[in-house]
Amino acid sequence: MIEVKNLTKAYGNFVAVRDVSFKAERGSILGFLGPNGAGKTTTMRIITGFMPATSGTVLVDGLDIFTQSLEARRKIGYLPENPPLYVDMRVEAYLRFVARLRGVPRARLDDALEHALEVCGLTDMRSRICGQLSKGYRQRVGLAQALIHDPPVLVLDEPTIGLDPRQIHEIRGLIKTLSGDRTVVLSTHILPEVSQICDKVVIIADGRVALEEKLSDIPAGTTLEQVFLEAISKERHETVTDTEETLEEVGAGRS
Amino acid sequence: MKNALTIAGKELAAYFVQPVAYVVLTVFLLLGGFFFFELLSYFQIVLQMYAAMQNPQVLQHMNLNQRVIEPLLHNLSIVLVILVPAITMRTFAEEKRTGTYEFLLTAPVRTGEIVAGKFIAAAIFILIMVGLAAIFPIILVVFGNPEIGVMVSGYIGLLLLALSFVAVGLFTSSITQNQIIAAISCFGALLILYVISWPAQTGSSGWASDLLHYLSITDHFSQMVTGIIDTRDLVYFLSLILVALFLTQRSVESARWR
Repeated sequence: MIEVKNLTKAYGNFVAVRDVSFKAERGSILGFLGPNGAGKTTTMRIITGFMPATSGTVLVDGLDIFTQSLEARRKIGYLPENPPLYVDMRVEAYLRFVARLRGVPRARLDDALEHALEVCGLTDMRSRICGQLSKGYRQRVGLAQALIHDPPVLVLDEPTIGLDPRQIHEIRGLIKTLSGDRTVVLSTHILPEVSQICDKVVIIADGRVALEEKLSDIPAGTTLEQVFLEAISKERHETVTDTEETLEEVGAGRS
Repeated sequence: MKNALTIAGKELAAYFVQPVAYVVLTVFLLLGGFFFFELLSYFQIVLQMYAAMQNPQVLQHMNLNQRVIEPLLHNLSIVLVILVPAITMRTFAEEKRTGTYEFLLTAPVRTGEIVAGKFIAAAIFILIMVGLAAIFPIILVVFGNPEIGVMVSGYIGLLLLALSFVAVGLFTSSITQNQIIAAISCFGALLILYVISWPAQTGSSGWASDLLHYLSITDHFSQMVTGIIDTRDLVYFLSLILVALFLTQRSVESARWR
């Protein structure tokens, strides 16, 4: 389970994420949606402990990612936007390295490796050099490294980007089978992806949560696209009214 | 510690998968061989000259250690000033550029373990390098009669010097994602450490001069090359390594906060 509580992240004067809160339940897939630059990647980097939030906390399976960082990080499998491959390592050596760092015991290493290779369809690619793989295979290796230690929480940043339609279909299927009793958070801006595999959707716009809703609660007849456009335009509208109010206040103060 | 060794193993393999290691080793040994040959033939000419002049007093003072090994080690230390930045520049900078940094910092590993792992790998590489350069004194032992203790002390000095350079190199690599910047700032820092006592030689003596002499890596290295293993020099090298590694750890940690 992931609990994001009042997360704010500022880079200097620029506030990327403002007061974001949501919850991802165990055994469910949460789709994290938003236009480009809305703060998706920033939020995911905070959840995975890559960087701390300016304020607010994240609980991963009840562990605070900031104060109990090592324990919390052990529970997470993370696929960043760019698969973090060491370009001159072979796939198998790379995955072994990742597994060891993530604390897979030596006795279980071979099984974990075989399982990850098989699940991600990489068995034939095990002795290829990471840097020479196509985009699609890189993405699969990225996914394999995220789940090799069998983590209860998976955080995937745009897992299907750059894949061909057949691969997209496979990866989606894979994520769905993976969910089981895990918590999966995946970011994307492909809407059908969310309606196909997610149980819950969080829409973020301009660094704020615009909508948090179970997919089953979205009324029949409305498409996710409508919901999405409405959510981000409402957000924009609110921001505009905020500004207008501020301007009015300033004006009132002057007169 | 286990994590540090895992990282060290992977880093060490990376050195030898990329051509960098072979190029660095070749350049180091080629230049070393060149210096060794030059110094030895010069030594021989001087010997013959004094022998012809029938000057047994000077002949007795002629010494393989002073005439060949000492200058050789000093020359190799300058070669290291140039080569070590090339070895260490990729350590952190490359990870930042390719995005593997994001994996490393989200893995359940302490930053200290990451720094230690990378240092251990570079240290083993340096050990191989200095070890291969031990061929020169071995040749002398086989064909001549040098003082072995002095040579061992000199090579320990070279090793400590190289390890200090590596620690500085890790730090400069950790502050940037550009390998060229990492290499050049490392080169600059090492050169300053190398020449920092020069003003003290021209100026008057005093606390400032003492300080510059203390900071100078050359002064401590020269001591060891002449066969003196003084704890002050050992403390200097070890503290330089530890300070540089500590700064590296802080710099990696601070990257999270930006």
